[in-house]
Amino acid sequence: MSDVTNDSAKIVGQGIDRADGRLKVCGAAKYSAEWSLPRMAYGLMVLSSIPSGRIARIDTQAAERTAGVIGVLSHLNAPKLPKIPPQGRVLSLLQDDQVHYNQQPIAVVIADTLEHARDGVRALQIEYAKSVAQLDFAAASKIAYSPGKIQGNDADSSRGDVAAGMRNAVYRVSQSYSTPFEHHNPMEPHATVAVWEGDTLTIYDSTQYISGVKNTVARTLGVAPEKVRAVCLYVGGGFGGKGSSWSHVVLTAMAARHVGRPVKLVLDRPQMFGPVGGRPNTEQKIQLGTTRDGRLTAMTHDTTSYTSQIEDWPDSSAMVTRMLYACDNQTTSHRMTKLHLGTPTFQRAPGESTGSYALESAMDEMAYAVGIDPIEFRLRNYAEQDQERKLPFSSKSLRECYRAGAERFGWARRNPQPGSMRNGHWQVGLGMAGATYPTRRSAAKAKVRLMPDGTAIAQSGSQELGTGTYTVMAQVAADALGYPVSKVRFELGDTLLPEAPNSGGSQTVASVSPAVRAAALAARGKLIALALQGPDTLWRGTDANDLDIVDGWLRSRSDQTRREPVAAVLARHGSVPIEADGDARPGDERQQYSMHSFGAVFAEVNVDRDLGIVRVQRVVGAYGVGNLLNAKTGRSQLMGGIVWGIGMALLEESLLDKRYGRIVNNNLAEYHVPANADVHDIDIIVVPEDDRIINPLGAKGIGEIGITGVAGAIANAVYHATGKRVRDLPITLDKLI
Amino acid sequence: MNNFSYQRADSTEDAIRMAQQPGAKFIGGGTNLLDLMKGGVERPQTLIDVSRLQLAQIEQLGDGSVRIGAGVRNSDLANHAAIRSAYPLLSQALLAGASPQLRNMATVGGNLLQRTRCYYFYDTSYDACNKRAPGSGCAARGGINRQHAILGASEQCIATNPSDMNVALMALNATVRVRGIKGERAIPIAEFHRLPGDRPDVDTTLAPGELIVAVDLPKSPFADHAYYLKVRDRASYAFALVSVAAALDLRNGTVHDATLALGGVAHKPWRVREAEKALIGKSLDANVMRNAADILLKGAQPYEYNRFKVELAKRSVVRALTIAGGVA
Ligand SMILES: Cc1cc2nc3c(=O)[nH]c(=O)nc-3n(C[C@H](O)[C@H](O)[C@H](O)COP(=O)(O)OP(=O)(O)OC[C@H]3O[C@@H](n4cnc5c(N)ncnc54)[C@H](O)[C@@H]3O)c2cc1C
Ligand code: SF4
Repeated sequence: MSDVTNDSAKIVGQGIDRADGRLKVCGAAKYSAEWSLPRMAYGLMVLSSIPSGRIARIDTQAAERTAGVIGVLSHLNAPKLPKIPPQGRVLSLLQDDQVHYNQQPIAVVIADTLEHARDGVRALQIEYAKSVAQLDFAAASKIAYSPGKIQGNDADSSRGDVAAGMRNAVYRVSQSYSTPFEHHNPMEPHATVAVWEGDTLTIYDSTQYISGVKNTVARTLGVAPEKVRAVCLYVGGGFGGKGSSWSHVVLTAMAARHVGRPVKLVLDRPQMFGPVGGRPNTEQKIQLGTTRDGRLTAMTHDTTSYTSQIEDWPDSSAMVTRMLYACDNQTTSHRMTKLHLGTPTFQRAPGESTGSYALESAMDEMAYAVGIDPIEFRLRNYAEQDQERKLPFSSKSLRECYRAGAERFGWARRNPQPGSMRNGHWQVGLGMAGATYPTRRSAAKAKVRLMPDGTAIAQSGSQELGTGTYTVMAQVAADALGYPVSKVRFELGDTLLPEAPNSGGSQTVASVSPAVRAAALAARGKLIALALQGPDTLWRGTDANDLDIVDGWLRSRSDQTRREPVAAVLARHGSVPIEADGDARPGDERQQYSMHSFGAVFAEVNVDRDLGIVRVQRVVGAYGVGNLLNAKTGRSQLMGGIVWGIGMALLEESLLDKRYGRIVNNNLAEYHVPANADVHDIDIIVVPEDDRIINPLGAKGIGEIGITGVAGAIANAVYHATGKRVRDLPITLDKLI
Repeated sequence: MNNFSYQRADSTEDAIRMAQQPGAKFIGGGTNLLDLMKGGVERPQTLIDVSRLQLAQIEQLGDGSVRIGAGVRNSDLANHAAIRSAYPLLSQALLAGASPQLRNMATVGGNLLQRTRCYYFYDTSYDACNKRAPGSGCAARGGINRQHAILGASEQCIATNPSDMNVALMALNATVRVRGIKGERAIPIAEFHRLPGDRPDVDTTLAPGELIVAVDLPKSPFADHAYYLKVRDRASYAFALVSVAAALDLRNGTVHDATLALGGVAHKPWRVREAEKALIGKSLDANVMRNAADILLKGAQPYEYNRFKVELAKRSVVRALTIAGGVA
């Protein structure tokens, strides 16, 4: 099958409206908590209120006698699950009386209504035997240890001779930067509905990975994966928090089995601050050395983050330093230390968001030390190839990003002197930073079905996180088929469909779209072949290569007046749908090239001279992210990332009470994410980049790069405005007055 | 949330009579009470809906004062023409609070009685909160107390009153009119909210079962020179770290009279007459303003996470006076 479909392929890239936009604004899109089934009961998780110890007594009698309560699951009666070596997350599934963190699931109350379940929860009597909890990160950091590996990479790296590089340096910067504990806080909380029919289980779950839900639940409960089906049609934000199947998912299945009815379990907002992960705080030490003219002679980046008592989950903040700048002498390391808190997890650009803040702050400090422009400093240390892996980049447009971003932003008008630009009581600051995120891809499968009515259905067991999966996959299929996009429907979110990977690591488009395209091309080939068959075909004697499909019409390339609607072909052949499968996976190009997106972020801030208030007036982000499959949803992703970056820089922090191990601001009134008033101009430039090595559609992921670099650019702008370097996020006003 | 019965009062008499039932509580817009009920902090047996009483008028009284019904919604009050022109401070303070949706629901009576946002008060998992469970201790003292008091706190409680409206009412010398079974009485705003002392569970001097019917504002000499400054972590939809209601009667550049109230720093809006007197007869220069701020913050006692508030409050006072006085 030729890879070229037709001359007018053009739907991909267009900023067409979201396929699910209307459903969402009308409230008609069905989120996981909205599945209601006959005889469904309501489960509520009960979470521990101490950080460490054991449950000395749990009296469920009063709760069980409460009106409407049909069951209470605790470690006293929960079925013993098969003991399997942990794979993925270590869950809290009521197997013993131990408490390892505050907000650990310790019971589930199931009732006929939500209100009755609440009454039941209140009637539970729980007594704890507390033990000493370690909640002091600074103290615990003294016994930090290496995770060995981080997502397949070594936790430590070393190249060249750092000591010599430092000795030879004319300028040195050595600083520590810290980033706080944060939580994802998607609008839609985690929600699960579980239904057993005999020994088969269906789970409706808000997840970034339906196959992960299926496999985790099957494995944990000891049932065959074929007996479990997971469904998720829409996710109201995941951001990494829904990339893993957490305890509540399995507990809902256990609860449904316990009461012999379908059970719905939805987390409330405070429950989102503990048992379902968050971004761990980090402490990052960076040292840079340069020659007199600002060429890096040595770099070190050593980070420490917290993990839970029950699982090792290392942050990856120093990874970005390994490849972003040219430097022969470098060491990096990642360490973890255990606290009595829930296990941390992936949160939008895990590692790159926090690591780029530290690295790009240090780069700014060094640019000042050397006395050259921050962009010029970065250009002098531009990495032409991946420094660590010694591989060429499949594509890298960072130079163009610096240039285009600086021009749009008006970087030239910046007086580099800190505190030199003013507007009344506002101190004005302009800062910039680099952005980057790896380009990931995993194996994926898809199916395309050409229907007799001239429409097509493309399918893959992927997820829609609000990012536009429904929309762009229909675009990809439409182009490959030669159908108008209005005639193509994309289906996802069901493990009965061909398997697709986790919608995490910004890999959905890069992984799923090649599979959809392959399936669509195969279906197209079958349609053309079919058109040539049969005694009554219009196309007798026509060469298959002369046939094209354009806008839903079969057409001769040599004589464009000869054409026929695709539905007519199917009608001639008994109106049986044509089906084709697609299977796509990365090849050895990933061993030959280093694959990343790059960008440059520019921020203008106003800082109130007396009150320390910071306002981000403007952000310009320029990115090299390959092809955008949809100009509108693509920009929205990048913009959303920038908005979150503003929050990361100025607002977000989960405030931990070190006596209780609880997050005190565990609600959206007190956990601050940007409000509209915090967000002013955001200007996004996507520089042209044609990278056919990464995948057949040349699309790099865009879900995460948007948040990277933003906190660094804002921190650097704050320094430029005030002369104060804040090395501890978020930059709240008390750090500036 | 516990089970409760809901009753709708048709007259104030009705409401007051219903309020004598044990465990009864009035509900206005419900924007604070319902949140507290969901969290199990408040557990009323009966809710008496007072939002349909005839308490939603704003009237001009003969002596130049204005009477605001307790049921007036925060949005309506903020956008009322007479309020905007005669009491811009009140309008600004209201608009600085919460969000449009919340202001559309919130009533004057409910705003006066909204409870502290202390984390440890809201989350019943904490075993120590004297305001929620008298005698249990105060988790905030040794905990995260960024939003807590620096003035007028007690060993038992260091919570703040979170309202913006109350700060403006303090600076405008408002009077709260309340009615109970024994009749109506008028409570000056300065005496309406309490300092925590050894009864942090009691926020105000309102007697149980008493209904707020109105707030009176005396004729104001401050219409031309008033400013409400709210300093907070995010640009909107956040409670004040510090807020200042500054109102000046300026004549030929000289301060003829002044009021200054601080929000976010104490269990009630904070006012010190000496600080205001220090402005009177002066023209607003940096020293005069800073001196008033120093007097206002005298005796401030911060905690681990809110040390910055003392200096921030002083600078905020200077900024608010500068803007109110038009001397910037
Ligand atoms: C997310 C969020 C953010 C907010 N941000 C701010 C902010 O920035 N600034 C700010 O000032 N406020 C803020 N608020 C609080 C808001 O202003 C209050 O919730 C509101 O003013 C309460 O008014 P209500 O009518 O809804 O009171 P309700 O919740 O109905 O009642 C509150 C209390 O008043 C009592 N009550 C009500 N009416 C009467 C009456 N007539 N007589 C006697 N007792 C009565 C009730 O019994 C109850 O105890 C915020 C609230 C939320 C939820
Ligand atoms: S400050 Fe007051 S409200 Fe907060 S915990 Fe202490 S007693 Fe409770």
